[in-house]
Amino acid sequence: MTGNFERQRSIIDFTIASLLRRKGKNGALLVVYTLIIFLLSSVIFFTHALKREAAQVLQEAPEIIVQRTLTGRYQPIPLSYAARIREIRGVVSVRPRLWGYYYDGNFLANYTFVIPDEFPPPVGSVIIGSGIAKLREASPGDIIGFTGYDGKPQSYRVKEVLAEQSQLLSADLILISESDYRALSGIPADLTTDLVLKVRNRKEFATIAEKITKLLPDTRPIIRNEILRTYDAIFSWRSGIVIVIFSSAALAFVIFAWDKATGLSAEERKEIGILKAVGWESSDVLLMKFWEGLVISLSAFLLGTVLGYIHVFIGSSILFVPVLKGWSTLYPEFKLVPFVDFGHLAAIFALTVVPYTITTIIPSWRVATMDPDSVLR
Amino acid sequence: MHRHSTHFFSCMAALMLAASTLCVHGLLVSQWAGPSLAQKSALVRTLRLTDLCLFTEASYTRHSSMADLSTPFQDSPCAFEHFPSGSLLAPPRHLSGVHPSRMTVTKNDR
Repeated sequence: MTGNFERQRSIIDFTIASLLRRKGKNGALLVVYTLIIFLLSSVIFFTHALKREAAQVLQEAPEIIVQRTLTGRYQPIPLSYAARIREIRGVVSVRPRLWGYYYDGNFLANYTFVIPDEFPPPVGSVIIGSGIAKLREASPGDIIGFTGYDGKPQSYRVKEVLAEQSQLLSADLILISESDYRALSGIPADLTTDLVLKVRNRKEFATIAEKITKLLPDTRPIIRNEILRTYDAIFSWRSGIVIVIFSSAALAFVIFAWDKATGLSAEERKEIGILKAVGWESSDVLLMKFWEGLVISLSAFLLGTVLGYIHVFIGSSILFVPVLKGWSTLYPEFKLVPFVDFGHLAAIFALTVVPYTITTIIPSWRVATMDPDSVLR
Repeated sequence: MHRHSTHFFSCMAALMLAASTLCVHGLLVSQWAGPSLAQKSALVRTLRLTDLCLFTEASYTRHSSMADLSTPFQDSPCAFEHFPSGSLLAPPRHLSGVHPSRMTVTKNDR
């Protein structure tokens, strides 16, 4: 046992010495390999944590929302629709939900006005998200102004700023009373943005949605499962930038593996020839190459995933912020809860470390089985 | 004399220790986050919210689950994606199945 361990140690000593002889090449390889794993693990950590957090907090989203569409776009819905939907069996309640966007030309930012169903702020006052408070340097007691639909300025006293910890949900929110919002936005009293339904049996969501579409063909019901699935789909590995990053990383990795699998450099062939000439067995040479592949790929994997974790969960995904911000001037500052999927990490390990180690061994096996004399010639 | 393998094993041990520490960090922080997540869920319930505030630059990326099929193509159905965040997101899955086809085509038999 000790003899075998000592033999492995000696081969590792030799392998590392051999790697250090080509410091520049192997150093660059390790850095690029680590960067690929860092990028892949950062994306996986970020999207998985975001999806888990969305799935947990949006469990409390409305059961069914009914929008009205006109010319393919959603429009305010008449309050009279609520009475017709309430007649559908299984519907417990239908409540109007009034909300809307506001573009602030001075700060080039979009806000979302929401009218709380329960405990709205008193008339003449608003509760603002911490993103807006930071952008407009507003604090409780200050006066904040907006331009109404008719061009007239409207001002409100800031009653409260929403908690910073909830920025991922509320950074751009402005809570306002219904009468203030109708005066600001000009939305008539008989219209609301959409309707929120409560249903007796959650198994009936789809049936009730179908009945609503039949009863009111210009409406579009959205059920809670669809809201939850949205965040699962938009950050899935097939979506937008995620697939771009994955494809680039996969391509870079294929180039690595291809370079390794297609053959050895003259220097490496010479080294194997000399080792064979001085009495190394083919199995020893293959063992050395196995350790060479493992030393580089395992170091890159561990270093890449540790850096990826630090980047996403401790460094607030600082490298992704410019991409996520886009053109928005109002952006939530948030720290994701570190939900880590070990299955994903195992997949990265299996898709990078294992193929790299194998592609290091295969070309060496071809050379190691040749006669040392022909290899050296 | 120090052997290369000793350095290698030390480095691997240090990296494994760092990875294990971060695993413990992840488990502890996700457990401590319970009250904060409950607070966020309460906010979603009280204000009847439907989306995360990730991208505020366009309505269809601010409220992805509420978006309709036409919003990203404000000017024409062939318009290119205008906002950077639109390219980060795939359209919500439910959009493809909800809008019933309202157009029928009858073949003219000659």
